[in-house]
Amino acid sequence: MPEIFPKDTIRCDACPVLCYIKLGQTGACDRYGNIAGQLVRLDPHIVLDRAKSQGTPLVPFLEHEGEWDGALMKSKEMFVTAIGAGTTYPDYKPAPFIVSSEVDGVDMVTVVTEGIFSYCGVKLKIDTDRHLGPERNLVRSKGEPVGHVTTAEYGSQMLSLGGVHHLTGGTKSEGRVTCETLLDLCNGKEVALTIDDGASITVAAGKPPIVNGQQEERMRVGCGSATIGMFAKQWFGKVDEVVVVDDHITGVLSEHQAGKMLGMRETGISIQGRRSTPGRYFQVAQPGTGWGGTNISDPLAILKPFKAKIAWPHLRLLMVSTTGEHFAYYELDESLRPIEKDFPEPLRESVDRIRENCEPALTTVVFMAGAGGSLRAGATENPVKLTDSVKRSLTRVTAGGAPTYVWPGGGITFMVDVSRMPENAFGYVPTPALVAPIEFTLKKSDYAALGGHMEFVRTLDEVMREKQRQRQLASLPENPWPLKPVPKSEGEP
Amino acid sequence: MNARATIRLLPDGRRLHLNDGPIDLIIGADGASEEVARAYQAAASRFVTILDELCEELPLLRTRASNNSPFPKGQIAGRMSEAVSPYQERCFITPMAAVAGAVAEAVLAAMTAAAELQRAYVNNGGDIALHVSPGHSYTVGMIERADTPSLFGKFDVSPTLPVRGVATSGWRGRSFSLGIADAVTVLAASAPAADAAATIVANAVNLPDHPAITRVPAREVSPDSDLLDLPVTRAVGALCAQEIFEALKAGATVARELQAKGWIHAAAVCLQGQVLLVEPPLDPIELKSADILPPVVATEVNNAPSQRNTHA
Repeated sequence: MPEIFPKDTIRCDACPVLCYIKLGQTGACDRYGNIAGQLVRLDPHIVLDRAKSQGTPLVPFLEHEGEWDGALMKSKEMFVTAIGAGTTYPDYKPAPFIVSSEVDGVDMVTVVTEGIFSYCGVKLKIDTDRHLGPERNLVRSKGEPVGHVTTAEYGSQMLSLGGVHHLTGGTKSEGRVTCETLLDLCNGKEVALTIDDGASITVAAGKPPIVNGQQEERMRVGCGSATIGMFAKQWFGKVDEVVVVDDHITGVLSEHQAGKMLGMRETGISIQGRRSTPGRYFQVAQPGTGWGGTNISDPLAILKPFKAKIAWPHLRLLMVSTTGEHFAYYELDESLRPIEKDFPEPLRESVDRIRENCEPALTTVVFMAGAGGSLRAGATENPVKLTDSVKRSLTRVTAGGAPTYVWPGGGITFMVDVSRMPENAFGYVPTPALVAPIEFTLKKSDYAALGGHMEFVRTLDEVMREKQRQRQLASLPENPWPLKPVPKSEGEP
Repeated sequence: MNARATIRLLPDGRRLHLNDGPIDLIIGADGASEEVARAYQAAASRFVTILDELCEELPLLRTRASNNSPFPKGQIAGRMSEAVSPYQERCFITPMAAVAGAVAEAVLAAMTAAAELQRAYVNNGGDIALHVSPGHSYTVGMIERADTPSLFGKFDVSPTLPVRGVATSGWRGRSFSLGIADAVTVLAASAPAADAAATIVANAVNLPDHPAITRVPAREVSPDSDLLDLPVTRAVGALCAQEIFEALKAGATVARELQAKGWIHAAAVCLQGQVLLVEPPLDPIELKSADILPPVVATEVNNAPSQRNTHA
């Protein structure tokens, strides 16, 4: 069959229907189309409406708009995002939309295009104390390597996924699975990952991570030692000893500075691992998914026998993890062995307090990509000038209207929190590469100065009128309004 | 787990949205909250394999149905085949004419098997499968246009009415039509039966060789279309009242024939602002006053509890 089709026909592999799509047409789903021989996702073009997010009425203030001379009228606050705008890659053509609008008396221009990014990836911050895997080990999706474990941060483990080496540098299957994994994570879907010599996790942007089948609830409030410091006063008098079990630093109340300050009595407790400073112990066990990010399920495993000369029968011992998720209460018997007892009510409050102070554990997904020369050429005839303008903060870079962080140094390498972008803002092409929205907003005068495609600038009204597959969404109230004039202009003080 | 599928609650927190490739379902159910949760769970787990099941037999399902056609293996594919079989000897039809209704029916069946529901619907892009238990009903409303909704007619589906499927077909929809109807809405005993019948009736609303109608061989638009090189409608220019009536009448005549055979319960045929109704045999609906009514291009399930009882 395929050979009888015109050469511009492509086959879509987004789903098993495998439609043949002619140039300029869409597949059976009406969401993927053939644009210039490229398979492109054709979701409606998203326009952000500031009024909707502010809850202001959508009816015009003046009923007969046409009779007013317009001098004092505020133009409608709409921002044309790049989501669904399409792309002109790989042709060196002006971006699909170059939109002018007046904001607070300043003429602004927004260059709107969907970028095709082979150089892109996501950084995952997974709030967990559990050990996900050794640093530098591979992270896999469906068995294919899609990234690696990078640094541990405070209460979180970072993963770095994607990047050009996984997308296009490996096998075809590695590239395809990497692209799919990045796309799902960026669009807020759940993704299952495994880490070599480590955990199996299920993650989605803005949702609690699931580690080895167990959902994380809370982020720890501090390391074991810090937890001792924060809660020492509440334990004093209710219990003789507290051990806060933590893979990083396990804290022991009676030896800790905080316990000493309260004049707590020595208990003769003896802990596995390496003592750092009084009451603070490293490496009490192996990293794992048990108590406080260690591999233990019975906390007594980190205790050596109590010193007989110092300890006493009926000594009261609380053991708790850094998140308050695990806790147990013991009393020493006549031979100074800890025996687990019913958990006393007066202690429950302190354990609850630890838990309350732990913030909800989440996975956050930050998309990172670099805008290449041809994308920048869609904005200006001299691409380096756009870079320069971004670096000097004359041009604001947004992704689907969400604020971005642009890395210092060369190029336009940006990061964006995908949960601040509208739903399903990302697409892909089978290259494989991700399609992500990017908008450059700057003063019209600055745009002209950097060699912008002035003859392709259209007014907001024109764009709003002609665009058919358009959808208006409320802008997210936590995002700064992307059209707010950039602070200063070329040559201004 | 099917990685393509979207499974989510809509922002109202009540309706379920399932999407996989070209299949897009909006689902609603009423009952005890744990029953609804169980039904949604069942809908999602049934849903994730459907597209793969269908694609396995896609070449057969895209081939003209005849009395000699092999019977498909899949459960949904089988329902599609059955739904088009009454028509296969008299015109070109493929089982794909009933795909949307058959998918809606299968997902609804999974829900009602798993949970005790007062009522439920699965809306597959306008092809709707309904479940109503004794004492409950749905009010199905017809609106003029999806973008400017204004309810023009409605009818109640109660357990005693032989209607569990509602389908709409027309040239403006996502599937191709050989006719010029803006919309044909059919009520039938099952969703696949309604779906196939709506296709047949919509194809019959026609003005052969009319210069204002642009037709294109289906494969010129979509190279793998099951309609091969049959001329599908791409544009319909303005028609005069006489022409509209003639086309509507051609469709309504076919609809009455299907009704006489007991294949459909009722139908509404719409073209350029005019509507012809093929009323149910014993009229329990409220669309009986006039033959010509304001325009209709889509149907919509009204989620509100029924305000009135049906009457015979």
